[in-house]
Amino acid sequence: MTEPAKAKNALELDDLSVAYRVNGRNRAVLRNLSLTIGQGEAYGLVGESGCGKSTVALTVVRYLPRNGSITGGAISLDGQDVMKLDGEALRRARAESVSMVYQDPGKALNPSIRIGRQLTEIFELAGISGKGAEDRAIAMLNRVRISDPAGVMQRYPHQLSGGMQQRVAIAMALANDPSMLILDEPTTGLDATVEAEVLDLIAQLRRELSASILFISHNLAVVSNMCDRVGVLYAGMLVEEGPTDVVFNDPRHPYTVALLRCLPRGGQRKDQGRLDTIPGFLPGIGAAIKGCAFADRCALADERCRTELPPLYDLSDQRGTRQSRCHYHDKAQALPRTTPSDGASAPKPATAPVLRVAGLNKTYASHGHALRAVKDVSLDLRPGETLGLVGESGSGKTTFARLLLGLVPPDDGGTIELEGKALAPKLANRGDDQVKAMQIVFQNPDSALNRSHSIRHILGRALKRLAGLSGKAQEARLEDLIRSVRLTDRHLAVKPRQLSGGLKQRVAIARAFAGDPRIVVCDEPTSALDVSVQAAILNLLADLQAKQDVSYIFISHDLGVVRYLSDNIAVLYLGRIMELGPSEEVFSGPHHPYTEALLSAVPKLDQTETARIRLDGEIPSATNPPPGCVFQTRCPRKIGPICEQQEPPLAEAQPGHSIRCHIPYSELAQLQKAAVTELA
Amino acid sequence: MSLSLVTLFLLSTMVFLGGQVLPGNVGRAILGPFADQRAVDALNHSLGVDRPLLTQYWTWISNFVQGDMGTSYIFRSPVAPFVIDALGNSMKLAAVAFVLVVPIGILGGVIAALNLNRPLDRIISLGGLSVTVLPEFVTGIILILIFGVWLRWLPISAAWPKDAGFFTQLYYLILPSLPLFLVLFGYIARMARSGMIEALDSDYTRTAVLKGLPWRTVIWRHVLRNALMPTITVIATQTGYLIGGLVVIETLFRYQGIGSLIFTAARGKDFPMLESGILTIGIVYAVATLIADFLYSVLNPRIRLGSEQ
Repeated sequence: MTEPAKAKNALELDDLSVAYRVNGRNRAVLRNLSLTIGQGEAYGLVGESGCGKSTVALTVVRYLPRNGSITGGAISLDGQDVMKLDGEALRRARAESVSMVYQDPGKALNPSIRIGRQLTEIFELAGISGKGAEDRAIAMLNRVRISDPAGVMQRYPHQLSGGMQQRVAIAMALANDPSMLILDEPTTGLDATVEAEVLDLIAQLRRELSASILFISHNLAVVSNMCDRVGVLYAGMLVEEGPTDVVFNDPRHPYTVALLRCLPRGGQRKDQGRLDTIPGFLPGIGAAIKGCAFADRCALADERCRTELPPLYDLSDQRGTRQSRCHYHDKAQALPRTTPSDGASAPKPATAPVLRVAGLNKTYASHGHALRAVKDVSLDLRPGETLGLVGESGSGKTTFARLLLGLVPPDDGGTIELEGKALAPKLANRGDDQVKAMQIVFQNPDSALNRSHSIRHILGRALKRLAGLSGKAQEARLEDLIRSVRLTDRHLAVKPRQLSGGLKQRVAIARAFAGDPRIVVCDEPTSALDVSVQAAILNLLADLQAKQDVSYIFISHDLGVVRYLSDNIAVLYLGRIMELGPSEEVFSGPHHPYTEALLSAVPKLDQTETARIRLDGEIPSATNPPPGCVFQTRCPRKIGPICEQQEPPLAEAQPGHSIRCHIPYSELAQLQKAAVTELA
Repeated sequence: MSLSLVTLFLLSTMVFLGGQVLPGNVGRAILGPFADQRAVDALNHSLGVDRPLLTQYWTWISNFVQGDMGTSYIFRSPVAPFVIDALGNSMKLAAVAFVLVVPIGILGGVIAALNLNRPLDRIISLGGLSVTVLPEFVTGIILILIFGVWLRWLPISAAWPKDAGFFTQLYYLILPSLPLFLVLFGYIARMARSGMIEALDSDYTRTAVLKGLPWRTVIWRHVLRNALMPTITVIATQTGYLIGGLVVIETLFRYQGIGSLIFTAARGKDFPMLESGILTIGIVYAVATLIADFLYSVLNPRIRLGSEQ
């Protein structure tokens, strides 16, 4: 077979402009965007949500929403002008040369068609049918490291886990051996370990395939691990571009600088100062931009920035070709920090715990099997402290939080004490004071706030219910409350949908704080937010804690975030605490092999390749946990039969630091010293 | 399944109690205002309506379960043949309307969704909505005037001659079924349209398109099945209406369906007839819902197989 002559570049966008028609007006989403991706190159596109990343992807495959249109420029895919293709040629281009994987694989697969059929239809397009197509499909599933591909072929998407679904989606995308693969946030919403698996898979496949990759993500660390070059998109414009390591280590646009500073890095903790944020908001789509699009949010901006659109300055040097759209690109890193790093707060004197949990169990009945969602959990929480809960999906984090809040009753025997008083298992039997002492902030503020009420109504009602305030007193407290979460009066009149995700989350936090709670459970409160907004929310939570001495139970799969906010960490696996201890000790080690694996799965910004401990397979079913140590089936440090026969106790290795492992603490220390990788 | 049985039980109880507390004396209603009080009492006694309520209900319901629907107060003969005849007639009419409206309604919705916001969509959506809001006695009369009186294409009464064959009966049923078609068309088309729009906007449709599948395959294989699931449920809930709620149409076209049977029974305080009729409709309704649930689960693997997690 002769290889057809390939164009020099897999993808070229030339002066591309795209607009969405809203209320009868065309509003610019992409503005004169030019970029090229070479054959076999992996190109990362980063930026906050709303900056046009996904629009780039959808434009390339010509799948814009109904109100979207290309208003200028050209797209060339493998030398072919995509915009000149007619319906049939476009279909063939999609069938033969370009593929796309996007977030939320659960929705990307057809819910009522078996996996096998969804794969074979791709081969049928290429003229292979029947047994041949099936064999190809199985080979494809093997390629994305799915064990038992024949079994998976017979299943429907809902019978697979999120990680498996995404593997299938990747298999489908690779089935036609595309020359261009577009990955649009392929790991967003997956667990840290599943995310690492999927990224590993993509990295391996990249070496096996010739495909060029356009990788879209808001996760800078992921992009830094995956991509050769990176482009930073802001308000539909490319503001900086260059080799990934150069851009991330030596950024030359204030926006890139600011984005990188938002992440809690280098093990930063709340008592070491606040996180940097990016003040203000992305310009709305279609906003008229006269000068630099970022000028309004940039502390370096002067008159010139506001009036004169900066060109893409060529900053190429021996490290590679790069460009930055900033008049003062040489000074970009001097961008002042937005938040003063205030001094470390004084260590808190030891006080009586506000919450004491002892021997807590929760067993669900599932198809006649007992499902032990939480097993024998005991821990303390002191006033003003944060307990971080980490673990994969299905490890029991959320169930534990629900037990505390009284949303589900625990099994008999366990106790939950709030400020020395036993809490009733059911919410309905708890006193008003106890109810308002424990509040929750959810991941998705959209579903937590009543969309038909104004913010004033939502918070007023919370004040009435939780603090018993009405009339003047309520008004006064409402003022305090919104100021404490840094909202203003003008936010009170609007309804939730008129606010951005970050502002909505502030409202949700204000609601939780209405009754002066002692404990707030934060269930992935920043997972749906951009890094800049995440930083602001984390700062807010830290401030509120310092001021009000409130305690947090903080659930997140972003370990950097957990580390920033937590004083203590509990690592859960199959409903059991595998490790419990002060945040720093848990992170720096020696730690439980499971913790070790979790930590090494985190993509890091500053390191290129780290020896990664891979967790093979899925988390076992809680209805049928493995005998002995529940982690033994996936443990990279399994020592022998003892792991399969006896469940190790949660033993105190250091004062305040307990580990559930048969390997002695000193030995763990030695084993892990060899592989120790400081979490960046 | 058990839920439908509970529903039927509640329905029977309500119907029975409602019937009994309706003011009126059965014997007096049958014999007329000038009859002797003793004759009325005697008739009441022989009908059993002077017994305690609970006993009457129990007798009635246990007989009903065994297929004995009791004796009509008015006709003095078993109820069952009346109900069965009327049910048969109603089902014929419903079947004709059903066969007309379901495919055409779905097709209309699908076409509207595929031409979203274009003239064809507006014609179907607006047209469907306009005819749906017109009550069937209005459309019925208009249709009678146009097709029966003016054009003389179709008979204005649904009462076909004795011993009419299948096609003759069908011919007589077209006009009465048209108002039903109009009432339901907009409803079904709208459900199908919104289901289609949702499915067309879904990520899996995007996946299918980006695989490079021909548009036809995308629609047939990936979109339709997911799009029409909610419509099926809606159609099932309309079956009860089609079979039991047609008093107006049956009266207008002088058709002996179960709707007019119940209406007549209610006016004559013929409780066994009334109760059996309503309960029969309830059973039909429950069966239709069951069939819809079954179909839905066949189409939707998430219901059929459940989640393994």
